Amino acid sequence: MLEPKVVQMLLEGIRDTLYMTIVSTVAGYIIGLPLGVLLHVTGENGLRPNVVIYRVIDFICNIIRSVPFLILLILLIPFTRLIVGQSYGSTATIVPLVICAAPYIGRVVESSLNEVDKGVVEAARSMGASNIQIIFKVLLVEAKTSLLTGFTITTGLLLGYSAMSGTVGGGGLGDIAVRYGYYRWKTDIMIITVALLIIIFQIIQYIGTKVVTKLDHRKR
Amino acid sequence: MSEIEIKNLKKVFEIKGHSIIALDNINLSIEKGDIFGIIGMSGAGKSTLVRSINYLEKPTEGQILIDGTDLFFLSEKELRKKRSDIGMIFQNFNLLEQKNVLDNVCFPLEIGGVKKKEARVRARELLRTVNLEDKEKAYPSQLSGGQKQRVAIARALATNPRILLCDEATSALDPQTTSSILSLLKEINHNLGITIVIITHQMSVVTEICNRVAIIDNGRLVEEGSVDTIFENPQSDAAKELISGKDLRFTPLKKYETDNRIRIVFKENSAYEPVISNLILKFQKPVNILKADTRNVNGKAVGEMILSVPDDAVTRGEMVSYLEEEGLIVTEVTDNA
Ligand SMILES: Nc1ncnc2c1ncn2[C@@H]1O[C@H](COP(=O)(O)OP(=O)(O)OP(=O)(O)O)[C@@H](O)[C@H]1O
Ligand SMILES: [Mg+2]
Repeated sequence: MLEPKVVQMLLEGIRDTLYMTIVSTVAGYIIGLPLGVLLHVTGENGLRPNVVIYRVIDFICNIIRSVPFLILLILLIPFTRLIVGQSYGSTATIVPLVICAAPYIGRVVESSLNEVDKGVVEAARSMGASNIQIIFKVLLVEAKTSLLTGFTITTGLLLGYSAMSGTVGGGGLGDIAVRYGYYRWKTDIMIITVALLIIIFQIIQYIGTKVVTKLDHRKR
Repeated sequence: MSEIEIKNLKKVFEIKGHSIIALDNINLSIEKGDIFGIIGMSGAGKSTLVRSINYLEKPTEGQILIDGTDLFFLSEKELRKKRSDIGMIFQNFNLLEQKNVLDNVCFPLEIGGVKKKEARVRARELLRTVNLEDKEKAYPSQLSGGQKQRVAIARALATNPRILLCDEATSALDPQTTSSILSLLKEINHNLGITIVIITHQMSVVTEICNRVAIIDNGRLVEEGSVDTIFENPQSDAAKELISGKDLRFTPLKKYETDNRIRIVFKENSAYEPVISNLILKFQKPVNILKADTRNVNGKAVGEMILSVPDDAVTRGEMVSYLEEEGLIVTEVTDNA
């Protein structure tokens, strides 16, 4: 059996992992969702195409997304320290997680919105809807299941990244796995943390899929 | 004042360096209460024309006047207000898939800032008009094509528009559903006095409900007038092709050029009787059918036949009187018929 101290540590690990995942997903969406809307709106087939704005956002997104997360994590240390006051621990990890997630989320949101039937947008325009109304009442509503699928995938991804940040002292389950499993050869603890990560991932996927199926009215 | 006036409309699309003239010098007046058909082959510019009427497509040149107001001078906001006075329905229905029927019909009202409760009362009323009151909780994916188009019609009528634009509204439907949608449109036109503009590539749609028609070919207006006149005597090649189909247009005229031709027009009551075979049985003389066609013109089945009859003037006269007794309209055929 595991010592109470280890159990305590694992519980804290779960808490920290969930904390990092949830906060970075939410913060990521606060930045990424408007970014995605902007990408869609200014895109070629958007409500108000604008090559300059689109290209600039597109370029920044691609740059950030092409830097591997671990490198981004290290590159951002000075910035993280400036914002959080320290460069290790769960709260500090949230900074690079959000910066990594926002452009990714922007892309995911953009592609969800691109899937919305052009005809429905046209119908709304014919009724006299403004662009703002079209964004909030048509695009985001009609794309909701696709957006939620994207949300689920993003949450899973950030769960994985938060674990990865353990290699540089990011806190959470990943941190435990690295410290005990890698440096101290405690294989059992490592296996348990990995199993916990898999379980959390599955739960996120399960809830996501359930919610999406429940909310989708397109096919029944 | 005309309800819709289109003046010297031109629309040019620029794509990748070269320009496509989708519409050129279109002039049309559509009066209050008209059911106006705009017909043409694929790519003729019909959709572009109808989308210009509510300025979803801004004209390159020319003017669109709705009830005397030139849309060019309206601000973005005024234009949106104007659009809410012009309902529109589409080939693919374009319903909101994630909203149920009732919320779809409420949607234009929601956009216009009408209170939810009021909107629902109005929407239920409209669903009764289109015979779908039992489907308000259903989602579009659970409806048939005809039902979806009924929802779209109810939605287009929600804001009490003066004009209803229909872009190929029946092209995705089977013939039976098409006629039920067309009679619904006719009813709406009659009961509410709404001017209806119908875009189609099917002549049958025009003859079934329109009173006036314009024929568009290659971005140009080639013919315009009352449906009866154009059906009886089409002038342009495009009109002839749309009425009679491609093959008939190339039938050599010579075929009809004997002196003994008569044209008979069947009205509803006589269209289904075997008049011609009775004629042959009675007179025991050869009669050739040179051309035959039956159509539904404004709700009435009207058939047309061109016959070649025997040389003998007496028999001919007897035949004509026999046909007239049977209730047919008989005319002689001259060369420019
Ligand atoms: N947004 C656009 N950009 C470029 N070209 C366009 C655009 N919309 C229409 N066109 C062109 O304008 C012409 C007329 O198109 P339109 O859609 O009005 O035809 P249509 O008569 O409605 O045809 P269909 O019966 O196939 O719907 C076509 O050559 C088409 O390619
Ligand atoms: Mg079209």
